[in-house]
Amino acid sequence: MTPRIPILELEGALLVTVQVDLDDQLAVQLEEDLGAALARSSARGIIIDISGLELVDTFLSRILAQIASMSRVLGAEAVLVGMRPAVAVTLVELGMTLDGVSTALDIDRGIARLHALLAESP
Amino acid sequence: MPSEREFWPLKATRDVGDARRAVHAAARSAGFRSADAVRLATAASELGRNAVIHGKGGRMTLERLDEGAGIRLEFRDEGPGIPDIEQALVDGFSSTGSMGFGLGGARRLVHSFQIESGAGEGTRITVVRWRR
Amino acid sequence: MRRPADTDFPKGLYMISDLIGENAEALLDDWLEAADRVSRARPELAHERRLQARSFIEQLGQSIDDDTRPEDVRSAPWSGVRETLDAIVDTHLDEGKAPADIAFFVMSIKRPLHRLLVMRGGEPDDMLRVIWRVDLIVDRLGLYTAEIQIRRKEQVIARQQEEILELSSPVVQVWDGVLAVPLIGTLDSYRTQQVTETILEAVVETRSEQVILDITGVPTVDTQVAHHLLKTVAALRLMGAEAIVSGIRPQIAQTMVHLGVDLGQVVTKARLSDALKLAFRRGGLLVSGGAAN
Ligand SMILES: Nc1ncnc2c1ncn2[C@@H]1O[C@H](COP(=O)(O)OP(=O)(O)OP(=O)(O)O)[C@@H](O)[C@H]1O
Ligand SMILES: [Mg+2]
Repeated sequence: MTPRIPILELEGALLVTVQVDLDDQLAVQLEEDLGAALARSSARGIIIDISGLELVDTFLSRILAQIASMSRVLGAEAVLVGMRPAVAVTLVELGMTLDGVSTALDIDRGIARLHALLAESP
Repeated sequence: MPSEREFWPLKATRDVGDARRAVHAAARSAGFRSADAVRLATAASELGRNAVIHGKGGRMTLERLDEGAGIRLEFRDEGPGIPDIEQALVDGFSSTGSMGFGLGGARRLVHSFQIESGAGEGTRITVVRWRR
Repeated sequence: MRRPADTDFPKGLYMISDLIGENAEALLDDWLEAADRVSRARPELAHERRLQARSFIEQLGQSIDDDTRPEDVRSAPWSGVRETLDAIVDTHLDEGKAPADIAFFVMSIKRPLHRLLVMRGGEPDDMLRVIWRVDLIVDRLGLYTAEIQIRRKEQVIARQQEEILELSSPVVQVWDGVLAVPLIGTLDSYRTQQVTETILEAVVETRSEQVILDITGVPTVDTQVAHHLLKTVAALRLMGAEAIVSGIRPQIAQTMVHLGVDLGQVVTKARLSDALKLAFRRGGLLVSGGAAN
């Protein structure tokens, strides 16, 4: 059985906390699971907490960007929270600025951001 | 440090995770600053994944230079090789419809970057990052 | 003067090694006396200097041979000698001695060594050759002390650079959730990377969402500086913080236009005070949920 990243529901949002280094398989699985969970629940937002993540490469960047665009297609919003400084500078040097992905410092501000985004969207 | 060289197989994408974690740990224990260890490990992730996906599998050699003042990584595969290296290094070029930031990005994350590759010859990429 | 041929000496002709070993104490006295004539050690350090000089002679006696060539002093078997030189340089530096004094100190062992060799006797030609040889070896050792000093200086400079780096870009928390970073001086690539990392870490520590990068103290904004600013802004955004670049004087704005430098989407303000106002407003917006504007 493949391990999975648990998805919690919190104040109308899906919350994912990534604590381990994400292998490609696990990341792909997460994208699928989030899509299914969004379709299933009434939640209109996703918060992905990557404060425990030590490294994000182009593969994972792409998955994260895809999660964001998938959410929008499903009428929801995703916010990426807690990216570490070392990860941020490395991603910028790689050339991955994740322009289409909303971000926040931590989960609390991520939820505030989510509400603001959802209030803006029709 | 017991052995000066470590070998990591790169057969499946799972191996890429193990290899980059080893690089990160080696860099940290050699005294690399946190962001520098992440830079090197991220480059390893890109080059390791390329060896698995484009190179049909290979291996990574991790070597400490000057008692940890630097780390050298070599990625070797016996795959199809890169026919046009210049082109492959351009950001946004990918033969598989991916984003194509891996190779050029990895080069920006290290201090020295060497590719030996040609059509049908396999690929060897050697990178070094110093501690600063 | 006819320069004596500098061929290798057969071992056993002078047995320099034994000569030094057997006359170590006399050589030591002779050397320190000669050295004191040039520059005296501070009384409280005289004992230290004597101990170090003695171990230098000991090591020299063990490493040197009749067929030693000057370049050998860099080889592995001479590491003991070099270590004693390291120690000698350090005490001299502690004493505040000038670089030349340290080399003089080492080289003032030449005369005493000559006297030993003359004592041993031999053909005048051989004697000249061996003295010549020993001089070259001691000269190399003197040069080596200069190198040690340069290395020490470099270490000091590197440390000071780190300190200046920290000083020159202090990250100031001007308000809850608002950081200001006055960027000062020229931004080279190593320094900028480190400044960026410091700023990003401060964001995490202080949980600040607003970061003002003030470039009033940056003399020119060329494409490289602009590129760096853009990278910092992008990294801040990835972490969930917002950046404002302030301190773009009219003159700087002009050069930027001339150079074709484009800060793209980055929010800029002419004055730091304007940037602060904006940062507070943005911060207020978040807290009160859209009331302020
Ligand atoms: N080890 C390799 N063997 C053969 N070809 C390679 C190898 N590494 C890279 N390439 C070629 O270079 C191209 C660019 O590599 P790069 O890593 O930049 O992009 P990518 O792997 O296609 O996409 P990304 O890494 O962004 O997902 C690849 O598409 C591939 O054609
Ligand atoms: Mg790739």
